[in-house]
Amino acid sequence: MAALAQTPPRTLPSWLFRHETLVAAILVVALAGLGALNERFLTVDNLLNQGRLMTEVGLIALPMTFVIVTGGIDLSVGAIVGLCAIMLGVSWKTLGLPLPLAILVALGVGALAGFVNGWVITRVKVPPLIMTIATLALYRGLAEGVSQAHSVRNYPEWFYFAGQGELFGVPAQLWILLGAIVVAGVALDRTVFGRTLYAIGANETAARFSGLPVDRTKLIVYTLSGLMAGVSGWILVSRVTTTRSDMGIGYELDVIAAVVLGGTSIFGGVGTIWGTVVGLVMIQLLKNGLALTGVKGDATIVVIGLVLIASTLIASSLQRRRDAGG
Amino acid sequence: MKRTLLTTVASAIFGLGLVSGGASAADKWNGGDDLPTSPLACDAGPAPAAAAKPYDGGQPAGAADKSGKPITLVDVPKLIGIGYFNATSKGMQDAAKELGNVKVKTDGPTEAKIDEQIKFIDNYITSGVDGVLFAANDPVAIAPVLKKALSKGIHVVGYDANSSPDAREWFINQAQFNGIAKAMVDAMAKEAGEDKSFAIVTSTFTTPNQARWIAEMSAYAAKCHPKLKWLETVEAQEDNVLSFNQATTLINKYGDKLSGLFGMTSVATPASAEAVTKAKLCGKVAVVGLATPNAMKPYVGTDCVKSVVLWNPVDLGYAATFVMRAVADGKLKAGGTSVDAGKLGKLNVVNGSEILLGSPFIFSKDNIKDFDF
Repeated sequence: MAALAQTPPRTLPSWLFRHETLVAAILVVALAGLGALNERFLTVDNLLNQGRLMTEVGLIALPMTFVIVTGGIDLSVGAIVGLCAIMLGVSWKTLGLPLPLAILVALGVGALAGFVNGWVITRVKVPPLIMTIATLALYRGLAEGVSQAHSVRNYPEWFYFAGQGELFGVPAQLWILLGAIVVAGVALDRTVFGRTLYAIGANETAARFSGLPVDRTKLIVYTLSGLMAGVSGWILVSRVTTTRSDMGIGYELDVIAAVVLGGTSIFGGVGTIWGTVVGLVMIQLLKNGLALTGVKGDATIVVIGLVLIASTLIASSLQRRRDAGG
Repeated sequence: MKRTLLTTVASAIFGLGLVSGGASAADKWNGGDDLPTSPLACDAGPAPAAAAKPYDGGQPAGAADKSGKPITLVDVPKLIGIGYFNATSKGMQDAAKELGNVKVKTDGPTEAKIDEQIKFIDNYITSGVDGVLFAANDPVAIAPVLKKALSKGIHVVGYDANSSPDAREWFINQAQFNGIAKAMVDAMAKEAGEDKSFAIVTSTFTTPNQARWIAEMSAYAAKCHPKLKWLETVEAQEDNVLSFNQATTLINKYGDKLSGLFGMTSVATPASAEAVTKAKLCGKVAVVGLATPNAMKPYVGTDCVKSVVLWNPVDLGYAATFVMRAVADGKLKAGGTSVDAGKLGKLNVVNGSEILLGSPFIFSKDNIKDFDF
């Protein structure tokens, strides 16, 4: 502890001591280690495939970073994934809409579900945790009710492109994820919108008195969260070729784990998109690398849990160091 | 836990609204699938011979010739850490030991989630195994990743829960669905009474095996026990606490009307028996279900449960491993009609590309002590 409390030598730039940098360093070490243990791990094929598998969680992790930066949380995203998947299937198969329109309906339902979260949170002042636990149950229940326990299958071949196809040798959905990362990164780091998110998370009252559009910004953020959960649901359906009402169960935890591992403070005001991306990649590749090295599934989640705890410890000691230094 | 409960409540509320909106299919039990059913004859006659079907499985692309050579297999069940899949896994280890040139490892998700299962199989394809054994969480969703395995020359054999036929080479069918359905419904009619009402605790409405059994049970009951009355089917995932809660809810909701509970999973059945025991309704509410013997011994011992329907999962895993070996050796090819499965003798091919393990087995007070899994 004493060592951590010391001020770093002035010659080293401060970004070196950021949480994200540390996690990235750990990531590189872990990758090198796992790569040395298993020759099939660090291959282009495997890494691209892992990119494919992490897209659904990744797409939700981006707006979740926004949500958590404002000091909020959205636990309903997994349920929205399920609801959107079902709406896609039902509006195509049962209501007979053309499939492209059905995809839009699904995305619209996602955005609406997020909007409802945001609306109640900002207007009725229900804490985000309570509201989204409630809608987690509500949306999942709706999904199961609407689907009536039937799965929708036999989509046309072109529909599978988003989930299974490739563009220039890279999985199709990875392009969507990369695009979303760039947009989200710029939005958080370089725009007034992004600054507003930090301001809300750091001190909501102060942000309000500074004349920032706090409620409107939150509404946008939760709507975005729902919309991206919808996109994620669409890609998931395309990847696994079927629609089930239990899709996306537990996603909220994977998403929040990636965001928090990436250094976003659960209390708001701190966090970056690139940290989230590092956290996301870290969890996905750790799981994959451990599996390929012969570690069984139950042991893998133990390791993930330990990594999360370690990262929280690092984050809080860094925070203390900053506080002491500042 | 709360999360699942809330979900179920919300689902029930919205589901009820929608279901009662279109209650035209009132005589069909909830939780069954829409596939055609083929109920067996009411008496104990032999199953009618199924019409021969051409081979409809898939084939690996350019699989290396492993005839007689050591092979490494991975077994990815629906989930790990439950008695049932521990038993199939034990059967595989038994077979591997007996064969000598097979190495098999069981690994999979800790919850029955299809998305996780796909990732496990994907990782093992990358790590390079000779064969994949699986029990699918969803028959269609698992197909792309299994086809990917086939395309890389990996042999694919399913057991317990099938995928689309063209995504695997063979499937070990533990018992025909209509056989299980007959055993379950006959036991219920005998224990609860021909004109009594019952409810069903299942995993989810979309789990393939459970949906199939419920559909077949519904058809068989309509044919042979028309006065048995179905009340409700409830979902309980494959979750201990949730199953207990759902069974207790049913008992409280229907009171004297409820004379029987079907447990459709190896988790739901002991949980239902526990709920009946706790409610002090042993003898008044019959519990009939699929379960592993160890979990049911306490309830069978107190006479609260009289029949536990199942096959032998150790034999199932054992047979799956022998089939995989026969496929790798080239002894079981597309169009084959039987396969040699060690101590189980010759097993027959049914339905094109399925291998039938045998008739269902009923564990009762007399024989349950002989089993340990």
